[in-house]
Amino acid sequence: MTRLQRKHYINNGYGALSWFLTLDHKRIALLYLITATLFFALGGAFAIAIRLELLTPAGDMVQSETYNKMFTMHGIIMVFFFLIPAIPAVLGNFLLPIMIGARDMAFPKLNLASWYIYMLGGLFTFVAMALGGVDTGWTFYTPYSSTYANSQVIITALGVFITGFSSILTGLNFLVTIHTMRAPGMSWFRLPLFVWAHYAASLIMVLGTPVVSITIILVALERLFHLGIFDPALGGDPILFQHLFWFYSHPAVYIMILPAMGVMSELIATFSRKRIFGYSFVASSSLAIAVLGFLVWGHHMFVSGQSMYAGLVFSILSFLVAIPSAIKVFNWLATLFRGSISLQTPMIYAFGFIGLFTIGGLTGLFLACLAVDVHVHDTYFIVAHFHYIMVGGVIMAYLGGIHYWWPKITGRMYPEWWGKFSAVVIFIGFNLTFLPQFVVGYLGMPRRYHFYPEEFQILNVLSTAGASILGIGYMIPLFYLVWSLRYGKVAGPNPWNAKGLEWTIPSPPPTENFDGTPEVTEEAYNYGTNHA
Amino acid sequence: MNSKFPLFPEAASSFAHHVDTLYFFLIALSVFFSVLIFGLVLFFAFRYKRKPNAEDPKPMLGDLRLELTWSIIPLLITMVIFVWGGLLYYHQLTPPANAQEIFGIGKQWMWKFYHPEGRNEINELHVPVGRPTKVILTSEDVLHDLFIPAFRTKMDVLPGRYTQIWFTPTKTGTYHLFCAEYCGTKHADMKGTVTVMSPLEYQGWLNGELGQDRMDKTGKELFKQFACQTCHQDQSLSRGPSLTGVYDSMVLLNNGKTVKADADYLRESILKPKAKIVQGYDAIMPTYKGQISEEQLIQIIEYIKSLKEPQKEVN
Repeated sequence: MTRLQRKHYINNGYGALSWFLTLDHKRIALLYLITATLFFALGGAFAIAIRLELLTPAGDMVQSETYNKMFTMHGIIMVFFFLIPAIPAVLGNFLLPIMIGARDMAFPKLNLASWYIYMLGGLFTFVAMALGGVDTGWTFYTPYSSTYANSQVIITALGVFITGFSSILTGLNFLVTIHTMRAPGMSWFRLPLFVWAHYAASLIMVLGTPVVSITIILVALERLFHLGIFDPALGGDPILFQHLFWFYSHPAVYIMILPAMGVMSELIATFSRKRIFGYSFVASSSLAIAVLGFLVWGHHMFVSGQSMYAGLVFSILSFLVAIPSAIKVFNWLATLFRGSISLQTPMIYAFGFIGLFTIGGLTGLFLACLAVDVHVHDTYFIVAHFHYIMVGGVIMAYLGGIHYWWPKITGRMYPEWWGKFSAVVIFIGFNLTFLPQFVVGYLGMPRRYHFYPEEFQILNVLSTAGASILGIGYMIPLFYLVWSLRYGKVAGPNPWNAKGLEWTIPSPPPTENFDGTPEVTEEAYNYGTNHA
Repeated sequence: MNSKFPLFPEAASSFAHHVDTLYFFLIALSVFFSVLIFGLVLFFAFRYKRKPNAEDPKPMLGDLRLELTWSIIPLLITMVIFVWGGLLYYHQLTPPANAQEIFGIGKQWMWKFYHPEGRNEINELHVPVGRPTKVILTSEDVLHDLFIPAFRTKMDVLPGRYTQIWFTPTKTGTYHLFCAEYCGTKHADMKGTVTVMSPLEYQGWLNGELGQDRMDKTGKELFKQFACQTCHQDQSLSRGPSLTGVYDSMVLLNNGKTVKADADYLRESILKPKAKIVQGYDAIMPTYKGQISEEQLIQIIEYIKSLKEPQKEVN
């Protein structure tokens, strides 16, 4: 068994306090990695319970009240405590300073505070669960949440409110770090696309999150003090809530997917050994998505009772936001063209991303299309669509990134065969879970239904079967990655022979990342320049 | 609802086939682009597989013409979908003027429908085939959503105001009716059936229950009971405006604006009388909020609707 010899960020200090009081962005990233994985496991357990209940048309496993709490907790944990922080807080935290040649974030203490705030928000959510849970759906629609629900709305909402600050501070930290801490020579258009994507996502975190925070406070005020804001019985307007909620919660999808696209660009470049085709288009499409993403929230409300003309405007804007996503996919394809492609685990995940994101994106057109949305809104069609983007897309990229940077993070390689195997299992399980849901959705099965008419059963059985494969697929990496910490092959500084500042330093990196200040003299992904 | 394992819903309204055509177009488009993209990914992966000790390929920085091509073509395609979907949406949301009106009230966790002829029903909706039908909807508590998959339409049902859904059934039969907006514990139980009948059968069904008064008749009694007629008389000096022929007409307000006196306007005028004042009248009407139920409201509205002057042109 080989050992890693020298001093690095992991063995630089032992004991719980050296972790819980660390200001090192890499150690904070590991704190996030462990806690986000726990949240994912919990959210996944709720998903498995939901799929088991839906195996039969009758509501025969749990009570309706329990079922409603299960899908609510699944949504809240997965959205606010896993998908939103996953890539930025784990991979972004670890890599962003290194990629721009910095020793740490601009505000290391704020970075640690973000993790504690995130944990405090999680604690509130756990307390809410211990006290009986919440049954409003992760969307907290009023006046159900503000007046009618008899569950732990206030504590859960506070949990989401608190976690929002973690997101805001992380976004702020990224923005300031990217603006002020780039190494000499690291100009804006030499930044890895991973950094561009995080820049765009950070803009949304900083600008969007306060809106959902305010909205949640308003719900709490109505619930506690009967201030008439959203409940018509008190003189409020329930559609106002939906506008405020989706003003954040639609862009929140881009907080998840933009960093995933950033990971994708790194993977595609490394494993085809080419500079990303149309670098500036891929970079600026991230910004375009961030800006346009703020203008499409009303497409969640085509049948909400908002004006028909508002529906028309939000529809056309939603189609426009599809274009920058298409640009990215086509540029990745062009990068593969005449590349030198090796199908190692991270690249298999990247291909999986392209597959699932393409299906998710194309089915998004069905939903942006007004007349079809009228039929499929609030059915399983939409459940399938957003899982393709938020789970299929984001987790494929997340796991691809984890595998790609695992040697950098831990100093050791993961077992390649198991890596490929789990990527294929996840891809198959995912499609088997969610493809049938498009069909059952168009048939008319509404979402959030504890029981359903019998003719929907076969499709639901397929979906549950897929979910069990998917569950196993997600568990395999957990085992072999932990195994690799001790038994994995020592990776060395650059096992992929990749470009990028993170591959110029030892694995695992020393606490201060770089010996001196690195000087950047070449473009990002500077592969194949020996031809010139 | 015959097949044990359907893959496609029945189409039983005038616009169901239009929605399906658009849906199939989108599926064809999605399959085309999915095959194109996956096909290229796999082809490139094998065609350009890395060879041992191969040199890195030549970099390709980008190409403006290509970028424009794959921006503009998707843009044009999406604009076609937008216009197609938008026109059909306009049709789905705009009931024809001759649509027959039914009222629907959602509450945790049941649907109640009121036919003007006086028959009410719970979790069932009977409608005649071939006739445009509009359901005016409201909720007594939280948000609900009336969803009829076979008609390819749905609409949220809100407390405090009316929304509407319309369709022309084209096929007799029984179809699902769901609540599609999560509304609490028994959300999945808030479902029922829509029965589409021949006009003759429908007429028979309407008359099937004895002792039911027409809604406008019940409404007239309520109108008296709440003493509405003390002010709303057909005389020029009455304290409130005349209500004859007011339904769906344009009303001039004291701020110079005109509004259409539809169900939502009448509802607001009863519950929040100070919100919109008809020109020439004082804001003296007291609110009936809290004194009048949703059911009574629609009955009074149905009565007001019945007050027609044959000689007057009504828009």
